[in-house]
Amino acid sequence: MRAWGRILPPAIAFVVGALMLEMAVRWSGVPSYLLPRPSAVCQTLVDDGSELLAALWTTAREALIGFALSAIAGVLIALLLSSARWVQRAFYPYAVFFQTVPIIAIAPLLVIWFRFDLAVIVCAFIVSLFPMIANTLSGLLSTDPALRDLFRLYGAGRLSTMWKLRLPSAVPNILTGLRISGGLAVIGAIVGEFIAGGGLGSVVDEARTQQRTDKVFAAVLLASVLGLALFGLINLMSWLTLRRWHASEQD
Amino acid sequence: MTTVRSAGLPIHIRGVRRAFDNGVVALDGLDLDVPAGQFIAILGPSGCGKSTLLRLAAGLDKPQSGSIAVGGAGRGHKPGRADLAYVFQDAHLLPWRNVLNNVALPLELLHVGRRQRAECSRRAIERVGLADAANRYPNQLSGGMKMRVSLARAMVTEPKLLLMDEPFAALDEITRHKLDEQLRGLWSAAEMTVVFVTHSTSEAVFLADRAVVLSRRPGRIVEDHPIDLPAERVSELRGTSAFARETRVLYEALERGGN
Repeated sequence: MRAWGRILPPAIAFVVGALMLEMAVRWSGVPSYLLPRPSAVCQTLVDDGSELLAALWTTAREALIGFALSAIAGVLIALLLSSARWVQRAFYPYAVFFQTVPIIAIAPLLVIWFRFDLAVIVCAFIVSLFPMIANTLSGLLSTDPALRDLFRLYGAGRLSTMWKLRLPSAVPNILTGLRISGGLAVIGAIVGEFIAGGGLGSVVDEARTQQRTDKVFAAVLLASVLGLALFGLINLMSWLTLRRWHASEQD
Repeated sequence: MTTVRSAGLPIHIRGVRRAFDNGVVALDGLDLDVPAGQFIAILGPSGCGKSTLLRLAAGLDKPQSGSIAVGGAGRGHKPGRADLAYVFQDAHLLPWRNVLNNVALPLELLHVGRRQRAECSRRAIERVGLADAANRYPNQLSGGMKMRVSLARAMVTEPKLLLMDEPFAALDEITRHKLDEQLRGLWSAAEMTVVFVTHSTSEAVFLADRAVVLSRRPGRIVEDHPIDLPAERVSELRGTSAFARETRVLYEALERGGN
């Protein structure tokens, strides 16, 4: 029952919004190549269903692989950066590089360097890496000083302090990083596909050149569904791990 | 009347100076001897170096000059890691571990085997009266219960020296009185020295055999006072004139120290 209480209101809002848009487009006489009616978008979803689903599957696979790689690499890099102050000073600026790099500008380079689908995965990876590093690092560095003293008092080594204190303390931050990175990985994959081809990115690019805005909308809709599904999955993970001990998952 | 027992670790502090990078001199030339097995309370205004003193005794910090020795120099035995325990102002539990595993943490870090760990932790939890809460998580516990878990965690190694930094200051008065009684009971049953830092004169009188009052920074000893009360501390004691007299002595010493 509680699940329905969460799902129903946004679903109703979506349907009402679509209906209003439908009527607005019909009555205003805006040409369909500028703004397609929601019903036309639905029709496209059905008509081009198999093509769109295949594209969605490609994008999902590439985004998920890029995301998984950035999650693992992000946590590992943050662990390294937190190991010593000088390591952090020396290398953190280069981690920021991943945040500031204009992905659309280096995507062509990536296509030259890697296979096409690998280039897309690398795009998703680069775009989603920095939030993982930054969030995990801030979690690792904000461990309760009293608990650090306690671990020192009982002679705990670096490894056991990391494993039993720092890393568990950082779990809420890691989950925040995952939430941000998940959405970015989907965006990164689609940007990569614009250049490298394949997946929803190609569908959008081709439909655009054919002035098939209905198909553009259909593909964008599927891309957001993908992002939402990922977000929901991470929230579920977060609830499963934090419900016992963290305020963010308790009502 | 000072109760001194053979068990527990003594502390010898000679001319200890500790200044911080920001120029604050917490301690300067402090001398203090705590015999083995004594329950000593340390009082003083905020920032008089009480916590610094505890951290030095625990080996978490080093003095710039002077010496601080826990355990008899030469005779007696040198303290091992299991001989020391520290209780902070707040419980500071690991929120992702249940009560049992929080209490087992020191044993785990000291590489004690799983079986013995579980056994000792259960016993420590029983001693603070939390046997029913062994599987609960810290955020399901009240402030007083969390503090008792913290106390059980400190006692699990059966330490010879227990250092406590205003441990019950954040609790309400009734809970604090209960915990004071429990702590005094734990001390009587165990063989350990307790150094208890507090702001409260009545808490110091109720708990300790001896109270040392420090002055404003840098902390020096204004009053070193044996608490003249029966060894058995029951809550009725709080209403007696002897209790009021001892509290008064400490209060006046605090005023002299510039509180």
